[in-house]
Amino acid sequence: MVKKGVAMLPDNRGYFGDYGGRFVPETLVPAVDELMAAYESIKEDTAFWSEFETLSREYSGRPTPLYEAERLTGHCGGARIFLKREDLCHTGAHKINNALGQGLLARRMGKKRIIAETGAGQHGVATAAVCAKLGLKCIIYMGEEDVRRQSLNVFRMKLMGADVRTVCVGSCTLKDAINEAMRDWVTNVVDTYYLLGSVVGPHPYPAMVRDFQSVIGKETRQQSLERLGRPPDYIIACVGGGSNAMGIFHPFLDDKNVKLIGVEAAGKGLETDKHAATLAAGRVGVLHGSKSYVLQDAAGQIWETHSISAGLDYPGVGPEHSYLKDTGRATYVTVTDTQALDGFKLLCATEGILPALESAHAVAYASTMAGTLEKDKIIVINLSGRGDKDMGIVAGALGVKL
Amino acid sequence: MSRIDSAFARKGHKALIPYVTVGYPSVEATLKVVPLLAQNGCDIVELGIPFSDPLADGATIQKASFHALQNSVTPQLCLDAAKQLRKTVDIPLVFMTYYNPVFSYGFEKFCRACHDSGVDGLIIPDLPPEEGSELESVTQKYGIDLIYLLAPTSTEERIRLVARKSRGFIYMVSVTGVTGARNNLSANLEEFVSRVRKLANQPLCVGFGISTPEQAGRVARIADGVIVGSRIIQLMEEDDSLSKVEEFVKGLREVLDTYSSL
Repeated sequence: MVKKGVAMLPDNRGYFGDYGGRFVPETLVPAVDELMAAYESIKEDTAFWSEFETLSREYSGRPTPLYEAERLTGHCGGARIFLKREDLCHTGAHKINNALGQGLLARRMGKKRIIAETGAGQHGVATAAVCAKLGLKCIIYMGEEDVRRQSLNVFRMKLMGADVRTVCVGSCTLKDAINEAMRDWVTNVVDTYYLLGSVVGPHPYPAMVRDFQSVIGKETRQQSLERLGRPPDYIIACVGGGSNAMGIFHPFLDDKNVKLIGVEAAGKGLETDKHAATLAAGRVGVLHGSKSYVLQDAAGQIWETHSISAGLDYPGVGPEHSYLKDTGRATYVTVTDTQALDGFKLLCATEGILPALESAHAVAYASTMAGTLEKDKIIVINLSGRGDKDMGIVAGALGVKL
Repeated sequence: MSRIDSAFARKGHKALIPYVTVGYPSVEATLKVVPLLAQNGCDIVELGIPFSDPLADGATIQKASFHALQNSVTPQLCLDAAKQLRKTVDIPLVFMTYYNPVFSYGFEKFCRACHDSGVDGLIIPDLPPEEGSELESVTQKYGIDLIYLLAPTSTEERIRLVARKSRGFIYMVSVTGVTGARNNLSANLEEFVSRVRKLANQPLCVGFGISTPEQAGRVARIADGVIVGSRIIQLMEEDDSLSKVEEFVKGLREVLDTYSSL
């Protein structure tokens, strides 16, 4: 597919407009260069993509369905709501798409030791699975707070042979796990591949992770054209770092009539400091190797964020989202913990589908918006993950003892 | 000639460059230790502006940064501390921090404030030269040296790039890794320094992991300066009278002076 317009970005320095770049210690620059060269070398390599596609089909379970949520639509009383069922992917979320792509790339680069960070544990599980499958050593950094609230995923990773290292500095969540993964990378740069899980970090990660995730949007586009004869009117996805959103948005960037809506975590409310709505409330800064919107205090210190969803509990956001916000191509909104829980319950009750708490943010926003739209409008929610991992948190929040 | 250039002007003299995190364990301790370092043979002092996400730092400086932030240390407070130190200290003062606090303060405003506070240089470990052109021009306008780093992984092309851009000196990262005291220096250190020496005219100062007089001596044989951070911070933790730091620094000075004719 020939990319046009904004879909061409980033430029050769890794910038989407003013955002992106490579703000990394000198020790890592050659590693990032090596990664860029390796990624460039596979871009047009049909053998690589053919293996990626075969494994996506046979291992990850792609393509995922585009499912019409009729009872949810009926409940909302407006636009037709479809779910892109990434929750049906192997390991339970869209994260496997990127883990598989980068795992294959790491193997091609001859790297035998894989490190990754994880928040909710979904990227950690996906990475552990791919490493088990490809026979690569796997080390996962995870914040202490997240280890506690996502203990099922920790156990899954361990069963797959991963060494899960608990990080207990700073806020003990995702950002600290990324810091620790980068420290590991700096130290073991020669034999180690950093399998970053979102569209953040230094160039080429934001573009590369997006490209591996854009399978979501390509399928959605094709499925929508085949079934409905046209693209959807709205695409709604949750945004933490932003990989599931970027993956579904990107193939639609040049479809100007398709409205792209990212949903950030408003936690306990934007008026408090207990949220993770980076695009809504942040300002431009540099975190984890790229320039983007960042939640920070007046002195440039990074916030300790809050969200009921570990996967959205992050003070940064992918640079391409910052660019899409500024240019107006995508719109970013927020949903609180309470609203996300309502979205979670609603999807369970109307469709018998347990969404991940991350994806429940998108469900909550879409279900509110659907009622305000005509019945001939079409909304696609990227249901990025399933909610089994969140049972403990949801039970706790609803006051249920398991 | 900038104050940093003067610090390297004495032929054969080996520069001793300690690092302290501003506000750790307390602001008073910083104000007390820097003059002490200057009196005991240090040539330049690096003042660390704490950052919430110090990804190039090991456990010691992470902890120091965390506590300094708990003590409400901000870039502004660091500038004020530098200004106060400048009244009694003649040697160059260099800020070491990460990109975001400087970016957040505003390059123009920050560099002007550095100039007004008597700060001579700036080291930003997450700023490679490819991203540095804007800050380079603003630092030059205010006479601040923007000091770049090189690492054992740096290619010849990158060494040439840093040799073109770094001002004051070049910060040579001794190991592939984060800051922090280590038992052993890299076996390839000599090779790394001589690789850079062939391509760069700036003084070469080696840091990361140097914690003993023996290690400092090995560095002094080949480089122009020795940077010591985590060990100084550990000694400040161990003994708040600062006599351990004083003794340690004196010991380093003595070792470096034995190599000063090389």
